[in-house]
Amino acid sequence: MQYALFFAETPAQFAERTDPAKSPAYWGAWTAFIGAMREAGVIRNGDGLQAPHTATTVRLADGKRIVQDGPFADAKEQLGGYLVIEADTLDAALDWAAKAPCAAGGAVEVRPVLPPMPPQ
Amino acid sequence: MSDAASRAAEAAARASYGRLVALLAARGRDIAAAEDALHDAFAAALRVWPARGVPEKPEAWLLIAARRELGHRARAGAVRAAAAAHVEMLHAELHARESDIYPDARLKLLFVCAHPAIDPAVRTPLMLQTVLGLDAERIAAAFLVEPAAMAQRLVRAKAKIRDAGLAFEIPDPASWPERLNDVLAAVYAAYTAGWDARADGGGALTEEAIFLARLVHDLLPEDPEPKGLLALLLYCEARTPARRDAAGRFIPLSRQDPLLWRRDDIIEAETLLTVAARKGVFGRFQCEAAIQSVHCQRALTGVTDWSAVLALYDLLAARAPSLGGAIAQAAALIEAGRAAEALQALDALPPARVARHQPFWVVRAAALRALGDHAAAREATEHALALTTDPAVRVFLNSA
Repeated sequence: MQYALFFAETPAQFAERTDPAKSPAYWGAWTAFIGAMREAGVIRNGDGLQAPHTATTVRLADGKRIVQDGPFADAKEQLGGYLVIEADTLDAALDWAAKAPCAAGGAVEVRPVLPPMPPQ
Repeated sequence: MSDAASRAAEAAARASYGRLVALLAARGRDIAAAEDALHDAFAAALRVWPARGVPEKPEAWLLIAARRELGHRARAGAVRAAAAAHVEMLHAELHARESDIYPDARLKLLFVCAHPAIDPAVRTPLMLQTVLGLDAERIAAAFLVEPAAMAQRLVRAKAKIRDAGLAFEIPDPASWPERLNDVLAAVYAAYTAGWDARADGGGALTEEAIFLARLVHDLLPEDPEPKGLLALLLYCEARTPARRDAAGRFIPLSRQDPLLWRRDDIIEAETLLTVAARKGVFGRFQCEAAIQSVHCQRALTGVTDWSAVLALYDLLAARAPSLGGAIAQAAALIEAGRAAEALQALDALPPARVARHQPFWVVRAAALRALGDHAAAREATEHALALTTDPAVRVFLNSA
């Protein structure tokens, strides 16, 4: 099965990305985490995302476009990136998710990916 | 229908439901489909057995009928291929001894029901339904929720197990203690839900909970904690005849007549606890059972050894802290004549978690009463009454 891992980071974790004192450790941890998954051959695709202040949210209300500054969920943690991985069971996917650098402090949401739509 | 056939079908249903669901669901992870197929197989048995006689191996017959049913329903090619593979395995399973195939699958089912990815509130209902075949209505009554809401929760949990790919596996050694504790906690919750509902007649699931506790114990004979849980339930069960007087009034533990306690249950519990203790490993349920064991000693000695009770509560608080444990510890402190400490401990608990927790208010009232603050005790009792459904317990609280 394929699982999407959504990495939710705290404001403090996002700040580490650009803090000269902390950024080497921050990026080093992510590089090691993704490197280990790549070595295991489980990654199908995925990306890191720029910080939440760069997000723009759009909704349609009565056909009218409403554009708002910021991410759609007003939460303590915000989406910092995602990966789609191959795993036999939810437990195996959770084992990878628990190793993510943001799991301590932030959180990782794990969701099975929908199988491809059958040809019409 | 002939009596023999219907009795055989009923006996198979009661004894085998969980075993068959576990076997049918293990490969496809689809508990709901397994249950549907099994219900159809039972219906077929009720049609066929009276005419042709009860088969030699009723469980195997049901298993084959249910597997065939699952195969019929399979539409997608991959599922059909898997169904074909099932059929190949049927012969092997038919000829295997029962003990070779059954216990493992049921243990896996228990671990799936109490998987950390499943909402803790639905783990116990899920076990009661998939392992014992209880219907949602009966479970809903014990958990004091609407049947439709309970049915929906069960459907959602089964869909998650199927779609999210929860493993029907025995957990690895690293996560074993935690995963086993989740299973045991879910079984314990079945007992307490039944216990609370017992006063209303019906609803009680204590028997089902003890069946599950025995099952876990039988499946894991080497593990001390399942023994601890079974012992704990038996100690509580032993006191059932003493818990109400002839008029149906509630009698608290300290005022119960020990002569009314069931000796067989206590003896079995003591034996289990003794065997468990030989492993020399701390466990929450062994510790809780040991506390009940001290209480039951009153049947022999006539007094309760409160210092032993409190020492065990200290151990429990240090190794496996919980809200219920802290409140029970406070109750023991009051009985031991240390009400001021009890009140202090109760005041230290997080207010949000105790505001709607009936035992907290009952024990708080008792502490205040022991300290002579009757006005505040009455106020706490009012809180407790507002959270009490059992009429006998309401009468007891009002008279305190």
